[in-house]
Amino acid sequence: MDISFFTAAVVAGTPLLFAILGELMTEKAGQLNLGVEGMMLMGAVVGFKTALITGDPFLALAGAMLAGALGALIFGVLTVSLRANQVVAGLTLTIFGTGFSSFMGQGLMGEVIPESMKLFFADFKIPLLGDIPVIGQIFFNQGMLVYTGYIAAIVAGLYLYRTSIGLNLRSVGENTAAADAAGIKVSRYKYIHILIGGLLCGLAGAYLSLVYIPSWQENVTAGRGWIAVALVIFCRWNPYRVLAGAFLFGGLDIIGFRIQKYDFHISQYMIDMLPYLVTIIILILVSAGKSSAGSPPASLGESYFREER
Amino acid sequence: MIKMSARTDCSAKESAAIRGGAIILALVTVSFFIMILGHNPFSVYGSMIEGAFGTVYRITETLRKSIPLIVASLGISLAFRLKFWNIGAEGQIMMGAMGATFCALTFPDLSSWLLLPMMGAASIICGGIWGAIPAYFRAKWRTNETIFTLMMNYVALKWLTYLQYGPWKDPAALGFPKIPGFSPNAVLPNVFGLHAGWIIAIVLVIIIHLFINHTQRGYEISVVGGSENTGRYAGMNVKAVIIYTIFLSGGICGLCGMIEASGVNRTLSVGITMGAGYTAIITSWLSSLKAPVIPVVCVLFAAMIQGGTFIQMAFQIPQSAAQILQGTILFFVLGSEFFVRYRVSFIKNIKAGGEK
Repeated sequence: MDISFFTAAVVAGTPLLFAILGELMTEKAGQLNLGVEGMMLMGAVVGFKTALITGDPFLALAGAMLAGALGALIFGVLTVSLRANQVVAGLTLTIFGTGFSSFMGQGLMGEVIPESMKLFFADFKIPLLGDIPVIGQIFFNQGMLVYTGYIAAIVAGLYLYRTSIGLNLRSVGENTAAADAAGIKVSRYKYIHILIGGLLCGLAGAYLSLVYIPSWQENVTAGRGWIAVALVIFCRWNPYRVLAGAFLFGGLDIIGFRIQKYDFHISQYMIDMLPYLVTIIILILVSAGKSSAGSPPASLGESYFREER
Repeated sequence: MIKMSARTDCSAKESAAIRGGAIILALVTVSFFIMILGHNPFSVYGSMIEGAFGTVYRITETLRKSIPLIVASLGISLAFRLKFWNIGAEGQIMMGAMGATFCALTFPDLSSWLLLPMMGAASIICGGIWGAIPAYFRAKWRTNETIFTLMMNYVALKWLTYLQYGPWKDPAALGFPKIPGFSPNAVLPNVFGLHAGWIIAIVLVIIIHLFINHTQRGYEISVVGGSENTGRYAGMNVKAVIIYTIFLSGGICGLCGMIEASGVNRTLSVGITMGAGYTAIITSWLSSLKAPVIPVVCVLFAAMIQGGTFIQMAFQIPQSAAQILQGTILFFVLGSEFFVRYRVSFIKNIKAGGEK
């Protein structure tokens, strides 16, 4: 294993990073949105299409994020205003998003991102930090969006733990009725953070189609949205841990491909199972160890209706 | 001001009307979408119906596509009754198909009378175990079953890919990665122009309906699904209820895999499920988890899929449009349930003194 493996793991982990952060924000508001995969796919296709039409990276990213937020908005209306079952609403969003992306992606197969845009997303070295041996090479010789990911995780952490709005948000997720009684606008908090979740998931999808692949593939997410939902649990709803979780799974994602050259006598399809198997093992371990520090927001997944106690 | 209050007085007729209205609204919404694409929505819907029911052949095709949906929806509905969010039907179908295929490839010369039941039993056991694994951990440690069952889908898919490209690859296919075709003994016979899976589906609908409504085991599922504590106080073994119910749920989905492999494909491939495991989540929810309603909803959904392939040819509208239509319908039905559970009334401003 050389350093390039770890550099590549960070790249592969970045879409996960955005998606995990998005789902984490949503869950902190007490809403369980299982539509991550769908919102990522919507973001991926809209971002890619915008990139082809306009050639402008900012427009492509903005389009992708808006597409993700549009999916999140549907989820918000259904689960916050209409109090629909969150599990079913999220699943439907995934089915809808998958259909949306293969519909919009019709005829995009084989199209490639323009060179000028690849240049925009290309790696560059951060002065000083990038000169640190090993760590600099792994973390600070990356593309613009990878750096954005680091910043997003830190900002999310500060927001949740160091601001009063973040405190309010956590109280909405922990005890909605108490937050409501304290005068916090519960529905507004829920909507805003569902939408933030959608923006981030859209960005995660755009990273896949614009930077990671960068050509069009049907079903480009390949289950990463679901892994992101599981990794929120692994990271125990803590944005700082998301950095570790995302890059660890970025590594698992690429290990199957990398290991081929070492000529192990294991089928590649078996190694491809690894991220999913490890996710399962983590789920089991997290649920078996019942420490309250890493427990989910207490009101997660429950509809809140003020007049119904 | 808008006032919302919980209601319990919604009659079956009223709630059916609300759902029906929601489906119509969904169709209208998708019409706008079709108009943006530059087509006439009436002619698109019209040819979808024609594509699904226009000829005897098309009706047979629609019914053929509805069978896996019906069987998988029945399986999923058992789990959902327990509030166990089994979204692993896709993987359970694949495991069931693998179990059936193993029998079909190992004993190709066995008489149909022995081989087919053996394949069925193998598929139920394989699919059932695939469901029971997450159920065991859910019962023991409350492990999140939604993600667990979903991850099991991907593990099953990779396992099937491994078999297709490795140990089960047909040596006669000159290096092409495909699993050998079944011997005629391993193929479900045709009954009235359609493979016998439709008989299995109808029998299953009746069995599940009776099981849920007229047996103690079925009653336990409803109680535990309503509240695990109630079940516990009533002296039920909640863990056992969860594990065997999900074994049944997965087993029925596994049987769906056997029906598809034996009745339709006559072999096994990674595309065996055609996404039925996911679509069946929608159909079982739309059926309110009621077994007798499931076939109706599933035939309608199969008609959308079959009609979707037809409009692809007629209008060059991608087939995935059918998926968008399905998603939209479920969005609207989900939203409409609010009006079944809550009464929304408009009241005048308190200042105006209109409220009593």
